[in-house]
Amino acid sequence: MTEAAASGVSQRQLERASYRRRRARTRAAVAVLSTVVVLGALALAVTQSPGWPRVRATYFDLGDAKAVLPDVARAFWLNIRLFLVAEVFILVVAITVAIIRVVPSPALAPIKLLAVVYTDVFRGTPTILVVFLVGFGVPALALAGLPTSLFWLGVIALTLSYGAYVAEVLRAGILSIHPTQWASGRALGLSYGQTMRHIVLPQAIRRVAPPLLNDFVSLQKDTALLSIIGLVEALRVAQVDSGRTFAFTGYVVAACFFIVATIPLARFTDYLTVRSLRRENGI
Amino acid sequence: MNISPSTGLTGLAALALALTAACAPTDSAGSDGASSSSAVATATSLADCKPADLPLLKSGTFTIATDDPAFEPWFVDNDPTTGKGFESAVAYAVADKLGFAKDDVTWVKAGFNQAVQAGTKSFDVDINQFSITKDRAKAVDFSSPYYSAAQAIITLKDSKFAGATSLAELKDAKLGAQVATTSLEAIKQIAPTSDPLVYDDTTKAAQALQNGQVDAVVADLPSAYYLTAAELDGATIVGQFQPTTGESEQFGLLLAKDSKLTPCVSLAVDALADDGTLKALQEEWLNQATDVPELK
Repeated sequence: MTEAAASGVSQRQLERASYRRRRARTRAAVAVLSTVVVLGALALAVTQSPGWPRVRATYFDLGDAKAVLPDVARAFWLNIRLFLVAEVFILVVAITVAIIRVVPSPALAPIKLLAVVYTDVFRGTPTILVVFLVGFGVPALALAGLPTSLFWLGVIALTLSYGAYVAEVLRAGILSIHPTQWASGRALGLSYGQTMRHIVLPQAIRRVAPPLLNDFVSLQKDTALLSIIGLVEALRVAQVDSGRTFAFTGYVVAACFFIVATIPLARFTDYLTVRSLRRENGI
Repeated sequence: MNISPSTGLTGLAALALALTAACAPTDSAGSDGASSSSAVATATSLADCKPADLPLLKSGTFTIATDDPAFEPWFVDNDPTTGKGFESAVAYAVADKLGFAKDDVTWVKAGFNQAVQAGTKSFDVDINQFSITKDRAKAVDFSSPYYSAAQAIITLKDSKFAGATSLAELKDAKLGAQVATTSLEAIKQIAPTSDPLVYDDTTKAAQALQNGQVDAVVADLPSAYYLTAAELDGATIVGQFQPTTGESEQFGLLLAKDSKLTPCVSLAVDALADDGTLKALQEEWLNQATDVPELK
């Protein structure tokens, strides 16, 4: 009895499998080799460059990194608090603005106009400019009741700027839901609001979850912009250190903090993207 | 992609070659003038420092950098080419000592990070109130100092800190200063109860003072004069103090690390100090310092 017959697979099938294994091995070998060659050439080019010792001393000095690490870590906690608090307000503002913009009620016309102006203005203005104007401009008004705490001014600025971006993402999500979903909801006797809340919005949010998380990652990084109004966050601590020593290792340390905070979110975004692709394609 | 292994490998080898060729180390710009610049690098008198012998960025031209905007009293009207303002005047005096005519001087703009970056510089020297410290000297060269600055504390006239007569009285003040200045370092001498706020430049610190976001701003004395005179309404200088946190509080011209130009520039500054030019320029542009009380 042949091997093929014993396992219930044809000879042809076995040959095919063995060919595939061989091909996989070749491909893996080529991938490894090409990675080694390209990255090796890059590493060689960088480390053999005449300026490399100085670059290493300026940007990658382990002693400097250890010295600045506790300060940067302490300051990065401020960045974390900033983006967590801001994100809550951003989602509230964004959902409100997105819904106002898609609701067809003519009575809402003036509010809709305001919502359009808001998204146009704040999406078109560089975030750093919004931070500057809110951080220095609002307290300059000297109105009672307006916050003077830099933390809250920073949160307001980020909320204004990101609220406009995220509102557009959510609006796109709502508009991407097929009209039959609306029709079915209304046919079941749900009101417009109920259809929106129970049928359209959940689907819309699920659909735009990856870009929403993308904006959230972006927000994490932009908390560094709040340094211009005087907040001593991670980037600023690095800058203070480099101003003292003219060494730039502190910046690299700060960059690592931002990257490490971003990676879990990036992987989660990837996971969500793949999951929604699978669901929509039925695989 | 569907590349057969062999073409893939050849392609990779070619790519690797191209990479190394493209990133081939370029030798530093001064190499062509090696013979003359080595003499300059060990110059012991200004006679060794002739424009023709200097390893310049552009031969025949003395390229000087400063920040943009350049503030009074260091520069006037944000235009360093006028020779007006203390640092502009010092820069032209240094150029003159080295044998450059006024027309041979070119100004470029360089922000702080650009100025202190490792690697090739876009200027021969940078003059921008750089305080000389040992740590910084690991990354760049400094010329001999051309100025020693005191620190000053600025507050609003109606602030409760306006009448302070000692540093201890400022302990509870919310303080602000510009990033990367010795002013920020000098705040440690006050040992404030809350961390200082840090701003990109003194203008933003002044804005925060006006808004009540900080109680007082620490800046070097000449900048303090400019801020209270030109940028702030109702502000006053509480007093001045000599910083003891840094090893010195002296300004030097900044050059690339191990620049062959450094000895010559230092010789020029020394000569200006010896013949009284620096003192005269200081009188002309920074002479208001006498009536500010000393804080202990």
